[in-house]
Amino acid sequence: MNNDKNALDRRSFLKASLLSGGGLMLTVSWLSSFKSPHKAEALNLPDQWSQLNGYIQITSDNKIKLICPNPEFGQNVMTSLPMIVAEELDADWKNVVVEMGPHDPVKLGAQFTGGSNSVRMYWKPLREAGAAARQMLREAAAQTWNVPVGEVTTKAGVLLHSSGKSAKYGEMASKAAGVPVPKELKLKSPKEFTVVRKSKKNVEVQKITSGKPLFGLDYTVDGMLIAMIQHPPAFGMKVKSFDAAETLKMPGIKDVFILKLYEDGFEQGGFDTRSFNELLVIVGNTTWEVMNARKKLTVSWESAGQLKDTVAGRDGKKREVVVPGALESTTTQMQQMQDYAAKPAQQLRKDGDPETAFKNAAQVIERTYNGPFLAHNCMEPMNFFAHVTEEKALLAGPLQAPGWAEPTLAKLLNLPPEKIEIQMTRMGGGFGRRAYAHYLSEAALISRKVKAPVKLMYTREDDMTYGIYRPMYTATYRAALDANKNLIAFHVKGGGIPEHPIHANRFPAGAVDNYLAEGWQIPSNITIGAFRAPRSNFNAAAEQSFLDEVAEAAGKDPIEFRLALLKRAKENPVGKNNEYEPDRYAGVLQLVRDKSNWGKPGNEKFHRGVAAYFCHNSYAAHVVDMVSRDGQPYVERVYSAMDCGIVINPDAATNMVQGAVVDGIGNSFYGELTFKDGVPQKNNFSNYRMIRINEVPKSIEVHFVENDLDPTGLGEPPFPPVFGAVANALHKLKGKRYYNQPFRDEPEKTI
Amino acid sequence: MAKITLNINKKDYQLEADPQMPLLWAIRDLAGLKGTKYGCGVAQCGACVVHLDGEAVRSCVTKVSRATGKKVVTIEGLSENNSHPVQKAWQEVDVPQCGYCHSGQIMSAAVLLREKPNPTDQDIDDAMAGNICRCGTYLRIREAIHKAAEMQQKAPVKG
Repeated sequence: MNNDKNALDRRSFLKASLLSGGGLMLTVSWLSSFKSPHKAEALNLPDQWSQLNGYIQITSDNKIKLICPNPEFGQNVMTSLPMIVAEELDADWKNVVVEMGPHDPVKLGAQFTGGSNSVRMYWKPLREAGAAARQMLREAAAQTWNVPVGEVTTKAGVLLHSSGKSAKYGEMASKAAGVPVPKELKLKSPKEFTVVRKSKKNVEVQKITSGKPLFGLDYTVDGMLIAMIQHPPAFGMKVKSFDAAETLKMPGIKDVFILKLYEDGFEQGGFDTRSFNELLVIVGNTTWEVMNARKKLTVSWESAGQLKDTVAGRDGKKREVVVPGALESTTTQMQQMQDYAAKPAQQLRKDGDPETAFKNAAQVIERTYNGPFLAHNCMEPMNFFAHVTEEKALLAGPLQAPGWAEPTLAKLLNLPPEKIEIQMTRMGGGFGRRAYAHYLSEAALISRKVKAPVKLMYTREDDMTYGIYRPMYTATYRAALDANKNLIAFHVKGGGIPEHPIHANRFPAGAVDNYLAEGWQIPSNITIGAFRAPRSNFNAAAEQSFLDEVAEAAGKDPIEFRLALLKRAKENPVGKNNEYEPDRYAGVLQLVRDKSNWGKPGNEKFHRGVAAYFCHNSYAAHVVDMVSRDGQPYVERVYSAMDCGIVINPDAATNMVQGAVVDGIGNSFYGELTFKDGVPQKNNFSNYRMIRINEVPKSIEVHFVENDLDPTGLGEPPFPPVFGAVANALHKLKGKRYYNQPFRDEPEKTI
Repeated sequence: MAKITLNINKKDYQLEADPQMPLLWAIRDLAGLKGTKYGCGVAQCGACVVHLDGEAVRSCVTKVSRATGKKVVTIEGLSENNSHPVQKAWQEVDVPQCGYCHSGQIMSAAVLLREKPNPTDQDIDDAMAGNICRCGTYLRIREAIHKAAEMQQKAPVKG
């Protein structure tokens, strides 16, 4: 067993209290007792930075209720996080019920779903919460039985003593609540795990298959009104005037008005992104009435012109950001990117002397890759319930980061945080989109204005054309080979609208003597945000395609070529701040090589592509096996290898990797949003193509590297390298390279 | 507005509705059954699939007037106790991620299995291509439908 005295002594307090009716409620508050934690420490240590804690209730009838702190968007945290608590509590999983917690950062920590961070940031505090409760139950049993606590053991929710005495947790829960909180905890070693690493079913699967109202769109209260927003048809426009006379004559319509989201000079936080500030709102009784009546609105739009946003910066300094006013089109954006790509850019990292190395190279390979804006297209469109009065606010809906939404809401409503209650419903997908809570703020302001409970709802068209997309990216890669075909220099220069994609300290940085990474960006009024593995989802496609081509030029097997570079990065790393661990990176490549029988006979039918990537603290590699089916490229089989440390819930983890592979194949072939004069050229699934069941592989075989390392994320890491593996398989199938996403045969874009 | 009687899950609902209103919104907003989902409103994603006299229809483009005098079955009425073979197979295979599309997936799959009790992968792909799963659980959907077919053969569904 590990002694984990340190963390508790220094940083957490545990509090137990009796529930009405008897039972133990244990709260572990992580850092919350410290008003001002040491800043550097708080920022540098992930566990502490997250201000975590856990929540356990045990009733006298032996029910164990575990509160899930983090919002659920399909990554299955409602199962995996409680599994961590149950493990150290030594609970019988059969007696565990799980509830989604409300937004309560004092009791439940950061409550942030994003950055593949849920399991990583809650791993330690939830183990401590479980272990502390178990210790208190043992103490209670020891006192009751008058035996030394060291002689009391536990097994699956039962306290045991060698004398033959035994008690269920529920029987001792009330007494345990009066036991002093332990100052020292013993955590299990991985080999003692009985819950973690054993696949458990999704705790909400029964509710899902029977259609229970779990989602934000399902949330309803008596007297609730429905609101929709008619946003401008193009980025860069705003409402000039409107005539709602016909709309107001329609049945069930209550009001039509314009509402300003942020007042002038409002200091926006990093996730307060919004595409349109003046909201033309229509409110009525039912969804259909509002949808229908909205069509009767007569609206005149005008150019919004150049705007200035006030954005909160680090160190408390706010800054003004200029939002350009032009109505942008994809064709002009491409031209603009080409112009920028030719200009000097910001140097992000430099090792050695790349300029000289390129000059002296026997061969230089240069390729440019492009990726379009992508819409998240969560199956459940954006929506939120709000009931705001002068005194308080109740909000309920799909949200990834309540802790970021609440301060914004407090400012907008002029209410203290304790008067704001946010409930997190199950999300119909998130993919980063629901970290931006403008729709929650919009709902709150609408409710306050109409003095009623309101559900704000985006239609699919509203959702797809609103913005906060994956940015549009480009990157030019150059590789220098010497006369012996060794990679002696590597250069990447990437840009984007409105941000560049470059992660300067990722592979192959650290593995090449001469290395240069540069970035540039072009401001835009098209809003962007996190999209499943931000930036990585473009980089992995570009870089892993490029490495494939470089390996080919060097006459080397693409896996062996990467492994040789990783060996170099391990034995004699170049530069500083390399983000990845070469061994773990190599580990997933070796695993996928072995499991897929790479380079071995028996796979002649397939055109094979490989790619690997590191992001969000985990490692992923895929081998994609492609065939031609009805004249179209078809990914028939995929092998995946992951290293995310300890896998909490293996079957659910496999599901997530399979889903990421499918998502990656779909976006590789179809994902794209283009613009004409500021107007998104796709607005529903009739023109935005999504991958369907007839297009997915017959098998996706997922393998995890087995180790006892602390768990890291899995929602994002498997996604980015799928693009690269698909591109590399396509090259084998078609005999040519695909540089532009989505990959398809048509006149190629110029940048 | 018109008075409309809808029979949903063997129960009559007396509703005041615009006859043009899509069945989806009558089910969700007027009858208050939230299991049937809105995904696109244009018959592209299948999240809203319900059974109308036993046939799978996309309720987002089916006028409520078309459903009068017919039997509407939603996910809530597919079985008593969550026990239809498709529901049980979905639970056993642990198909869902976010879960939003699965009411529609399950309703589509139930009709497929009635028409083709022992579907091939091709049958499944053909029948289920109208249902989008953004999380990409399609391989498990295939697996669960095969499992449901096995379960159904062991214990046929009545009615």
